[in-house]
Amino acid sequence: MTLNRRAFIGTGAAVAATLSAPMVMGAAHGKPRVVVVGGGAGGATVARYIAKDSKGEIDVTLIEPTRKYYTCFFSNLYIGGFRQLSSIGHTYGTLAAEYGVNVVHDWAVGIDRDAKTVSLAGGAVLPYDRLVLSPGIDFIPGGVNGWDVSSQNKMPHAYKAGSQTELLKAQLESMPQGGTYAMVAPPNPFRCPPGPYERVSMVAHYLKVNNPTAKILIADPKPKFSKQALFQEAWGTHYDGMIEWIGPDFGGDNVTVNADAMTLDIDGEETKVDVCNVIPAMKAGRICELAGVTEGNWAPVGGHTMQSRIDENIHVLGDSCSQGDMPKSGFSANSQAKVAAMAIRGALTGSKVFPAKFSNTCWSLLETDDGIKVGATYEATDEKIAKVAGFISKTGEDAALRKATYEESVGWYAGMTADMFG
Amino acid sequence: MFREMVRYFMAIGVVIGALAVPVMADHIGDAEKGAKIFKKCASCHRVGEGATHRVGPHLNGIFGRPAGGAGDGFRYSKGMIRAGNDGLIWELDKLEAYLENPKALVSGTRMSFRGLKSHQDRRDVLAFLRQYSDNPADIPEASPTAAPPEVVLSPETLALVGDPEYGEYLANECTSCHQRDGGDAGIPSITQWPTEDFVIALHAYKVKIRVHPVMQMMAGRLTDEEIAALAAYFKDLE
Repeated sequence: MTLNRRAFIGTGAAVAATLSAPMVMGAAHGKPRVVVVGGGAGGATVARYIAKDSKGEIDVTLIEPTRKYYTCFFSNLYIGGFRQLSSIGHTYGTLAAEYGVNVVHDWAVGIDRDAKTVSLAGGAVLPYDRLVLSPGIDFIPGGVNGWDVSSQNKMPHAYKAGSQTELLKAQLESMPQGGTYAMVAPPNPFRCPPGPYERVSMVAHYLKVNNPTAKILIADPKPKFSKQALFQEAWGTHYDGMIEWIGPDFGGDNVTVNADAMTLDIDGEETKVDVCNVIPAMKAGRICELAGVTEGNWAPVGGHTMQSRIDENIHVLGDSCSQGDMPKSGFSANSQAKVAAMAIRGALTGSKVFPAKFSNTCWSLLETDDGIKVGATYEATDEKIAKVAGFISKTGEDAALRKATYEESVGWYAGMTADMFG
Repeated sequence: MFREMVRYFMAIGVVIGALAVPVMADHIGDAEKGAKIFKKCASCHRVGEGATHRVGPHLNGIFGRPAGGAGDGFRYSKGMIRAGNDGLIWELDKLEAYLENPKALVSGTRMSFRGLKSHQDRRDVLAFLRQYSDNPADIPEASPTAAPPEVVLSPETLALVGDPEYGEYLANECTSCHQRDGGDAGIPSITQWPTEDFVIALHAYKVKIRVHPVMQMMAGRLTDEEIAALAAYFKDLE
């Protein structure tokens, strides 16, 4: 059985990538088993690192519903016309073929923590010794008055990349001349703190060229936001007069939308809009709730190993976990995944465990060749993941530095996706 | 090993030592002696009235000039342009670090010069070049902010042999940005460097002689053992 499986995985990428769940179950025999739910920056990275570094001693199964994964990072650049959608799409063939990860394209729908099993929508039940949950985010029902998930085809969130991003871009491109693009920004904490504001910059870039009399309206429940001085400087420099940001002082926290009428009501004042990009309040991916490892909206973890505070056999990575000082970003999830991979290997095979270190950097594009970044390093304490040191781009930087920063982000994308998908 | 230790010490320790004591502009060094030492540089660099670019850029106004900023179409290396974009300005301490070991400060520089190992020689040459720079009026007082924190690297630290296994774990943090296969678009390659160059470069970020903010932050919390371990790991990465 084991021999067959080894040979099987060694030969065919495409076949291995579409392994059906029952075959996976049958194969996992004798070796420690790790099941990973979610194939993004956290899940793909942890699967790759465990498979790579355990050299076949640990059986790794990755559960991810989509066959082609579109990264949220750089999806704003697609909206701005700086990337093709295909350039941010990735598949799992290398993880399966070169690293021996069992990739199962299905939804995880239940977790039995006593039996240590994951059940899939297709009916399979997978046993685990360690479970990693890295499902990203879900939206809090009722987070924005008048909006629910059924409204997303009229008022897209585009905060999970793929068809939603395509829809938002299509809506942007079909705006009438002089029309209004509205964004309802989310409250803290949320995935990718600079994301909404980079998106506004990319939308403005598109409109400046194609629809220069159009307006952008942002209703924001937060009094301040990530890289605010840098974004607002750029909006003044590049897109003067196009963007209006309405914070809570002016009712940005009192919003109602109507997807059928395409209206946005801010503090009692109704505006007819042409695009309404609603980014609702967020919580941990639903599977974390189903597993019973959440407290409030998020799943608390300890920083040394990324283990759930509620169940030591479960690790939670990335956007879904609450860990302390790290922002919810792909970079953070990737960083956390490496710490978790080391801890899991240590627990299951006795391999050496080094002290946890974390880092994060978020680049944002403001306009052609005008990139900025913010980042920090972190360490694990018993209480949380704690910030050690950080930096941020400065206002008034010269064009050459901004161009270099943008080029750096493009290099990072290549490095990051290679680190995730092999 | 001893040679490596000495060179390493000079790259970091001497520069810091020089900055620990405030020096008046007039006392950078002996400009007359510097003029003689500059003959080593003159096959590639010109300085003075009417000086033009040769193999290297002219050095008029070098103090306070951004790296890669001579203008007039001089073709710099990718590494020098990157250093300039990162914010490297030719202040006294940076010039001295560069003269001591060009590649420790700017990876990939085309200046194929072994460096001036004598602290006094460097100061003398810089005193000579200083005559051809109008600004800033008073160099040490005008640019004290670049002074790195005082760090003393002991010979024991410098003799460390890195543990590649530990380096492989630590490298996980590097490969979120730097490509494992050595690709260098946008972000420089860090694979297959000579150990000494790698160690010196990371220490130069750690004490903020090199200017890139991300790398200053990342290197800032690496111990000497960790830097040695990373150097050992990346050296052999295919």
